[in-house]
Amino acid sequence: MSSLPPYAGPLERTWFYTYRTICAAIFVFLIVPVFVIIPLSFNELPYFTFTPEMLSLDPAGYSTKWYVEFFTEQSWRDAVSNSFFIAIFATLLSTSVGTVAALGLSSPAMPFRSTVMALLISPMIVPLIISAAGMFFFYTRIGLASTHLGVILAHAALGTPFVVITVTATLVGFDQSLTRASASLGANPTRTFFKVIVPLILPGVISGGLFAFITSFDEVVVVLFVGSVEQRTIPWKMFSGIREEIRPTILAVATLLVLISMLLLTMLELLRRRNERLRGMSPG
Amino acid sequence: MKRLLGTTSLVIGAALVMSASAQAQAVDLTVVSWGGAYTASQQKAYHDPYMAANPGVKIINDDSSAEGLAKLRAQVEAGNVTWDLVDMVASDAITACEEGLVEEFDPDELLANAPDGTPASKDFFPGSLTPGDTNCYIPQIVYSTTFGYRTDMVGGTPPTTIADVFDLKKYPGKRSLEKKPIGNLEWALIADGVPGEKVYEVLATPEGVDRAFAKLDTIKDQVVWWTKGAQPPQLLADGEVVMASAYNGRLFSAIAEKKQPIGMLWDWQVFDLDGWVIPKGTKNLAAVKTYLKFATDTQRLADQAKFISYGPARQSSAPLVGKHADLGIDMKPHMPTDPNNAKTTLNFDYVWWADNRAEMDERFNSWLAK
Amino acid sequence: MAQAEMTGDMMRTADGVPLKLALERALFRSRLRAVMLVAPLFFFLLITFVLPIFDMLFRSVENNIVADILPRTVVAIEAWDETSGELPGEAVFEAIVKDMADGKRDKTLGRVARRLNFEKSGMASLFRKSGRKAPKITEAPYREQLLKIDKRWSDIDLWKLIKREKGAFTKSHFLAAADMQYTPDGSIEMRPENRQIYTNLFGRTLWLSGLITVLCLLLAYPVAYLLATLPLRTSNLLMVLVLLPFWTSLLVRTTSWIALLQTQGVINDLLVGIGLIDDDSRLQMIHNQFGTVVAMTHILLPFMILPLYSVMKTIPPSYMRAARSLGATPFTAFVKIYMPNTVAGVGAGSILVFILAIGYYITPALVGGRTGSLISNFIASFISGSTQNWGLAAALGVMLLAIVLVLYFLYDKIVGINNMKLG
Repeated sequence: MSSLPPYAGPLERTWFYTYRTICAAIFVFLIVPVFVIIPLSFNELPYFTFTPEMLSLDPAGYSTKWYVEFFTEQSWRDAVSNSFFIAIFATLLSTSVGTVAALGLSSPAMPFRSTVMALLISPMIVPLIISAAGMFFFYTRIGLASTHLGVILAHAALGTPFVVITVTATLVGFDQSLTRASASLGANPTRTFFKVIVPLILPGVISGGLFAFITSFDEVVVVLFVGSVEQRTIPWKMFSGIREEIRPTILAVATLLVLISMLLLTMLELLRRRNERLRGMSPG
Repeated sequence: MKRLLGTTSLVIGAALVMSASAQAQAVDLTVVSWGGAYTASQQKAYHDPYMAANPGVKIINDDSSAEGLAKLRAQVEAGNVTWDLVDMVASDAITACEEGLVEEFDPDELLANAPDGTPASKDFFPGSLTPGDTNCYIPQIVYSTTFGYRTDMVGGTPPTTIADVFDLKKYPGKRSLEKKPIGNLEWALIADGVPGEKVYEVLATPEGVDRAFAKLDTIKDQVVWWTKGAQPPQLLADGEVVMASAYNGRLFSAIAEKKQPIGMLWDWQVFDLDGWVIPKGTKNLAAVKTYLKFATDTQRLADQAKFISYGPARQSSAPLVGKHADLGIDMKPHMPTDPNNAKTTLNFDYVWWADNRAEMDERFNSWLAK
Repeated sequence: MAQAEMTGDMMRTADGVPLKLALERALFRSRLRAVMLVAPLFFFLLITFVLPIFDMLFRSVENNIVADILPRTVVAIEAWDETSGELPGEAVFEAIVKDMADGKRDKTLGRVARRLNFEKSGMASLFRKSGRKAPKITEAPYREQLLKIDKRWSDIDLWKLIKREKGAFTKSHFLAAADMQYTPDGSIEMRPENRQIYTNLFGRTLWLSGLITVLCLLLAYPVAYLLATLPLRTSNLLMVLVLLPFWTSLLVRTTSWIALLQTQGVINDLLVGIGLIDDDSRLQMIHNQFGTVVAMTHILLPFMILPLYSVMKTIPPSYMRAARSLGATPFTAFVKIYMPNTVAGVGAGSILVFILAIGYYITPALVGGRTGSLISNFIASFISGSTQNWGLAAALGVMLLAIVLVLYFLYDKIVGINNMKLG
């Protein structure tokens, strides 16, 4: 159905265009909510809708004041630095432990492989409220509640499944003869690891890391339970903002977050291409 | 003579505070409160002046009071208390005190006398230091939950009684109520004709509870339920509802600061207290006590009313309540305790609610889900 | 170990170790190596994730409050025959008076009062009132004096309740989570209808999750098919429209739906603007089930499109061409040939979306209102909301987790966790 064959009858032709229209409508449904907030965030008035001035493209209807508010208000700045601090350390932690585990999981010698895998993926599956509640009580007991370390550990736990999945996926096509070739050419295991394995799995590691990053960066339930005001992140501010006093500053923040996700998406796409290129070169 | 004594005691008091702060090395006090405008008013009236006088003390705000009891309970249970002072409503403070989560104290020992020498136990509103016969609570304010209405959406005759809230014929349109049985059941009965002082007598019977729910049923389809104090003023400002129950301070700020077309309906406003408790196991007990003596004295409580329209819990503070710090409005007529506003008021029966809260919550949630 | 030579009847490696043994050793070493690599993550998750969850869920049966705070009473009441129809003897009354005096002194009485009040309304005030006066009763007759303080102590049901809840474990949280309760005699019955909540709530959660899954499938199928059949260049471009929402913050997307759906929002403004509805009769599309379903369908849609797409991508176009050339109409070919080949993708996507939907918290909390909130919202409110009941929260959590784990198991059987793909 990629294009209409020249011999198509009228019924087929009608269906073809109907189908394309349906698909277009679904794409609109997917993408409009992401983009609608961008113009709204430039609203001069504190409303969540288009004012008549905005619709008539009157420059007076637009303003960047919500962005100014975001960049000047201390609590938002704290939230930004908390979000990045927590997400970066959680990502480093989950990526390193997750990658090492993926190497073990990909070995054919790994015992109880699927059971262990199911356990390691579970943070992605268990409802967040259950994880958050469990962590709330347990972390309070061991003194990790209301600390940055506590939130970082919690987020790292939630991020590891993504690293495990992406890195094992990269290793599925991994050609074991490459390590043997490396060894037979005189490289020791460490050298083999850094010179052969790492370059091959790097795209998987980085994309897993990006997933782990966005998991932490976007997470709100766990941080609400485990953290306190000192750990207040951007999603926390947004969540309480929406629940309490909904201001267009949130739309400005949302717009900036959309830009970040575009950036991440681009990085991921570049990685995918690089990965395909590498695979194309590797034998088998 | 009295004045001289007062001055002397002030000087001695100040000296004591100074020496205490000199002894205490740098202390960080984690103070838990409600966030937003309320924490801001405490910051300006209590924290800032205290930190200016005591450079060794740093007060850190934690806006967790909405989850205050849960987090405090978890901390005490875990034996790992990281909070130093928690702001709570009276009903939570009673629970916390009875479960041994917070410190007990003698108010006259802990708290400052009124400027005329009246001890704290006589100066705070009667019973407010000992809600539910507990001895853990230092109230700061009397607040009320009352109604606001859109002046431009109620026609020529604005609502005057609680019965008007339940009258869809006279005042059609959506209303907003808090998503809890407490307060709503009482108002429903009063609107249904039960005299205010008989409300808990009626509620104590199963038929009384049925009657309250039946009255709420009459407006159920028209109710938008709120869960956070900032929501009802917002709903009124957006014109999403015609009238809403709300904390009087929030309504004041919508009316006076944001100039919204909102009117106050004080009939059968529900009085409640908000105040401090000291978590059991705080690592800075001495520093907290020194801070409390300052932050709950007559002048400080009166100062808070400059920033938010809640009534100070000390009787001696009332005459000192002046004008709003930014707007220059006389704050007295906006206090829930002002005689013009407090013609009909309701006080929660904490004992009844402690007994029946779990059951009423179940019924309420079940009723909501239908 | 590469070179082996024959010595006698046994294969040996160059250094003389039997080959079988050498192979076993090598296998053991690589096993050990694999396990050692996995171990750090395993223990990390055990401590930061698995233990905390078990610890919390254990609260659903844990019941040490009564025995801890009324130690004398639980021993003394052992001898009382609750079927006798008579009040316990003087010894039990003496025990509870002393326990209450201790509890009052240690400030622990409030805990047991609160615990028992969940079972029987009024226990809170009974213990509060009696606890204040209990220290003054120092000698017999205990029963008479306690009954003078409050005549509710002559209620046999109350004593049955204490005897029932004296053990280290309790079923009562699970009963409450299933809308059931004990009768005073200790048998189990449904709660009165006006107090039933959770069975309906679970029903609603399952129904809405199912509805969202079906909607996602209906929307995802045509799109995934289009993406799988278009030339790569075009489909990659359109894929961005799927991936961008996928990578956009959950809160951003929820915020957008609030802006779109609220009464004074974009869609209502649009409808009023084109004259379809009156300004006074704006549609209520948020803070109800409609809002929850629309926003969650949008948020979970990529989780359906991506697995469907990756399955459809593997179906050779020649299948359809073969069917057509054998005389099938396009419709027959699609239904009989193409659709059966996509079952794996449909299964994977549906289970994934359903699992994610059933535990959703943030979106229903923000747009769900009275009728659109789900089980997670109730669990959260029992943990840190105004009425805390951690035992009940844990029991609801166990039930939710059980459903999720069954589905997870199914997913593993159907799709295989190893085949889970992202992005």
